[in-house]
Amino acid sequence: MSELDQSRASELDQGKASELDQGKAPIYEALLKYRDARIVPFDVPGHKHGKGNPELTEFLGKTCLSVDVNSMKPLDNLCHPTSVIKEAEELAAEAFKAAYCFFMIGGTTSAVQSMILSVCRAGEKIIMPRNVHRSAINSLVLSGAIPVYVNPGVNERLGIPLGMSVADVEKAILENPEAKAVFVNNPTYYGICSDLKKITELAHKHGMAVLVDEAHGTHFYFGEDMPISAMAAGADMAAISMHKSGGSLTQSSFLLIGENAANFGVTEGRVRSVINLTQTTSGSYLLLSSLDISRRNLALNGKEIIAKVVKTADYAREEIAKIGGYYAFADELINGDDIFDFDRTKLSVHTRDIGLAGIEVYDYLRDCYDIQIEFGDIGNILAYISAGDMWKDIERLVSAMAEVKRRFSKDKTGMLDHEYINPKVILSPQAAFYGNQKSVPTPESSGRISGEFVMCYPPGIPILAPGEMITEEILGYIRYSKERGCVMTGTEDMNIERIRVIE
Amino acid sequence: MELWFSEPHTKNVKMSIRVNKQLHSEQSEYQRIDVFESPEFGRFLTLDGLMMLTEKDEFIYHEMITHVAMASNPEVKNVLVIGAGDGGTVRELTRYKTIENIDMVEIDKRVVEVCREFLPQTAGQLNDPRVNIFYDDGLRFVRGKESQYDLIIVDSTDPFGPGEGLFTSEFYGNCHNALTEKGILVNQHESPYYNEDAKAMQRAHRRIREFFDVCRVYQAHIPTYPSGHWLFGFASRCIDPLDIDGEKWNSLGITTGYYNTELHKGCFAIPNYVKKLLESAI
Repeated sequence: MSELDQSRASELDQGKASELDQGKAPIYEALLKYRDARIVPFDVPGHKHGKGNPELTEFLGKTCLSVDVNSMKPLDNLCHPTSVIKEAEELAAEAFKAAYCFFMIGGTTSAVQSMILSVCRAGEKIIMPRNVHRSAINSLVLSGAIPVYVNPGVNERLGIPLGMSVADVEKAILENPEAKAVFVNNPTYYGICSDLKKITELAHKHGMAVLVDEAHGTHFYFGEDMPISAMAAGADMAAISMHKSGGSLTQSSFLLIGENAANFGVTEGRVRSVINLTQTTSGSYLLLSSLDISRRNLALNGKEIIAKVVKTADYAREEIAKIGGYYAFADELINGDDIFDFDRTKLSVHTRDIGLAGIEVYDYLRDCYDIQIEFGDIGNILAYISAGDMWKDIERLVSAMAEVKRRFSKDKTGMLDHEYINPKVILSPQAAFYGNQKSVPTPESSGRISGEFVMCYPPGIPILAPGEMITEEILGYIRYSKERGCVMTGTEDMNIERIRVIE
Repeated sequence: MELWFSEPHTKNVKMSIRVNKQLHSEQSEYQRIDVFESPEFGRFLTLDGLMMLTEKDEFIYHEMITHVAMASNPEVKNVLVIGAGDGGTVRELTRYKTIENIDMVEIDKRVVEVCREFLPQTAGQLNDPRVNIFYDDGLRFVRGKESQYDLIIVDSTDPFGPGEGLFTSEFYGNCHNALTEKGILVNQHESPYYNEDAKAMQRAHRRIREFFDVCRVYQAHIPTYPSGHWLFGFASRCIDPLDIDGEKWNSLGITTGYYNTELHKGCFAIPNYVKKLLESAI
């Protein structure tokens, strides 16, 4: 940050801190008022506070249905907020030290798409790591922007893609000086962080905006000793999955704008126009109020909540280390570059040394022990730890992992040892997606250009994206993932037996 | 003045006991602990409002959770008791001179302290030199143990509170691993009568069956537990409890109020509806 920026930021801090009360939750409070007023609804939704759908009301609860309402004067309008939603967004912006915060109800997917659509027009370049979530590449299909992929570092032992090294980003910037933005995935699903501050400085020096997919980093804004957050690093936009570590309802997210975003044409008004291109005009008040209440909770209690999560994850790592065989990795991996920092709330565990793919451990935990974890891929699992976890649940997880090892571990020879294959990009995602395509049997597609995505979900990082060359290595990877039990998605053919390629 | 302790046994059934006075009440780190004094049952202990034991009928539970296994294998020397903070199970075990070591694992230190103060009838033998008390989570304690115990007794609360982890596959698997070749696992196995309890009972049975070749269920009549009809699980790699040397146990001269070697054989004869529940536990 330049000196000027710093002084502006601190002015902003002080100015706002005295104005806003983080103990308020304007949307939530307006809904309470609405309910107390016993309004007679002659508007949508047609279930009329649940009375028109007793089965649904019985299942979800009367309280829930009574506030599933439509926008109206006292409750504001998400597409054009002027009262309580506006206030709630300003409170959230202050809590995240952002210039503005949009309440998003189409998931972080919509936040990521809005970021890219806000800065890149058709044909303009954007620098990004290839191990992004599919939502980022989807938005290239929508916008027609051209990706310049930076290959992430790969950890030899774990086989997982890491962050981007500063040198690789610099090389991409120098080779593509006309690029509009640098997109950073921070932290990764596994908890790995790039040197966000340096990457941001570098991009800004070359006139490029910095967009951060911070889906897994909500807690960076509230916890102590956390990796740096996008806003603190000076980034211009960030997509935040409040529903992940923030505690709000599934599908609710924040889109933040940084203090200097206007330099890149990113203004509140422009971004709202972009959001309104694809967002529903009937924004759910269940989702909006969940964001409002969760922001208040994080602002007031975030520090303690995150400290508890870190303590829980650290404890689980210690206990998993005692089992042996598994490797619950953490900040010992930090190398100052493509593992610049590590998010200790993530319980990522390497499983290949017990002869089981992550997805196999994932399946055993669910099928034999009634434990559902976040994801399992080729060599790792991720158990999502949050303030909702109780000590007894952690003990169950660790004991079940000990049992999986004792009962099911195998010889590890012949196991695939990497999660990431460098792509060969032939066409832009949009050109490929809308190009002339035909369907061929997947095993015979080697050497063709893919017209669609193939990925394991979760984590939802494409193995193949539209416009990329299909190779034997990639087909082998897909076959292996399917055999081990990964849920493969992305192609029109639900079984991935056929794939659409460019004619 | 009328003062009553009430415990809902289902959403629609409630049991009440007249209380003279409340001797103790606290919220520990894990649960709410209360001790009452009543004209009918003497003193009684509740955790999170659920009946754990009364002075009048605790002998039935503690004898049945201990002597069935001990009569089935009188060679038992090293015992692990999980839960059981009131000390009743340990008291019964200490009556066997042949037992050399009793490890007791209780998550909540306050339960033990409160019982020592207010329920000496059950907690009185906790100072026996063979007893080692560990304040730890049962699931965690047993995780790293291998071929160590001749008998594991799971004297837990219901599977809906701190005891939840003690009704899981991971726990039974870990126990199997912690037992010696002739090892026996006995657990409090909930009641077959009311729906919710019966479901927990079925789940526990299904999971134990995954790990042990011998897997039987026996019953006792415990007036202050929901429905009064209570089950215990007996699991082992090779010891069949129906195959006992009654004379040998009788020669030990242990006096009991409920258990005897005839009842030992009879308690494994269970009603048809319970058999059906166990068979259909999938």
